Amino acid sequence: MKSSHQIEFTAGLFLLVAIAALIFLAVQATDRGVVTGGSYQVTAYFSNIGGLKPRARVSMGGVTVGLVESISLDPDTFEARVVMSISERFSDLPEDTSASILTAGILGDQFVGLEPGGSPEPLREGDRIMLTNSAMQLEQLISRYMFNTEGED
Amino acid sequence: MNHDSNQGVRFLAPVRDLGRAGVFLFTAITHMRLTRLQLAETLRQVYFAGARSLVIIVTGGFFVGLVLSLQTYDTLTRFGAGDAVSTVLALSLFRELGPVLTTLLFAGRAGTSITAEIGLMRATEQLDALDLMAIDPMERIVQPRFIACLIAVPALVLIFNVTAIAGGLVFAVFMMGSDPILFWGNMQSTVELWRDFGHGMVKACAFGFLAAWLAVYFGWTARPTSEGVALATTQTVIATSISVLILDFVLSAFML
Repeated sequence: MKSSHQIEFTAGLFLLVAIAALIFLAVQATDRGVVTGGSYQVTAYFSNIGGLKPRARVSMGGVTVGLVESISLDPDTFEARVVMSISERFSDLPEDTSASILTAGILGDQFVGLEPGGSPEPLREGDRIMLTNSAMQLEQLISRYMFNTEGED
Repeated sequence: MNHDSNQGVRFLAPVRDLGRAGVFLFTAITHMRLTRLQLAETLRQVYFAGARSLVIIVTGGFFVGLVLSLQTYDTLTRFGAGDAVSTVLALSLFRELGPVLTTLLFAGRAGTSITAEIGLMRATEQLDALDLMAIDPMERIVQPRFIACLIAVPALVLIFNVTAIAGGLVFAVFMMGSDPILFWGNMQSTVELWRDFGHGMVKACAFGFLAAWLAVYFGWTARPTSEGVALATTQTVIATSISVLILDFVLSAFML
């Protein structure tokens, strides 16, 4: 049987090890999202977002610059409203940047691809991306090809 | 007890047990007092419940990490995605395996010993003796063990996760020759601090609460015979295991 002094010392040591584990896991094994540090939000409206989900990545030229914060349906226009967080590091994207919903691989995850425009004005917090391309839907493509008809929408 | 022949009472027994456990928990919490003596006793119990469980947690964690990365590596390389092994490892550990397996091991290692200890105190009338000396056994015996479990389980979950990742690292990097930078990089790019790691720790705290509650409850209500203590110890393991697995599903469904 250990003395009570030793027991308390070991218990304290045990808690210290646990705290060290907490710090190690928090720092080494995780990332505070793609958007480390500051970020700003921009909105884009799409007529169809396909299978886009919150927390999908937002990329420009293949580089991840942010992530999808939320998706909702606009009550007036019935368009999908996609709010994106873009990292502060990419704070000088042109104002006329366009957004399209792309698929990684043929059946992979969907993400938002940004295409830079040429405007000297940068996108700011709360801005809206005007030029958007909706998601390509495999079913529509197939039916268009099979029945050789134009989609109604 | 002489009403047991009555069908209605027999079916109501589980409900009554649940009520008793609830009342017990309520009493334990409302009788909580923080004195220097309590703090020292709690620290002693942290040693007995937490530090003494380190061997099983560290060994268990290391081999879980090892076998998890072995299995996922084998499967993922068939799809040419062997580098994703650290992602799978970290996500499944933080979100599910760490809290669940740790609590199951903890219930077997420390929960049973707490139940047996309190049950034997009941059987040998030590609890009554404390009562006679005007020392509240709820405050002196139950409370330090309860709080100690509450602290020990999340701490053990953290240590379990670290050793399991170390096990995965040993397998992927030293045995399969993956790149350690890629191993950490893939993990960091997909695991999020709050959504994956934080939610796992919320689970760990909830499981710790459950394990603590059931362990002291079954000890406290054990029949004062050797069979009674044996039964209570078994019940602690069964009840903790089942309720942790159910609660795990409920919490996962809520937090996703």
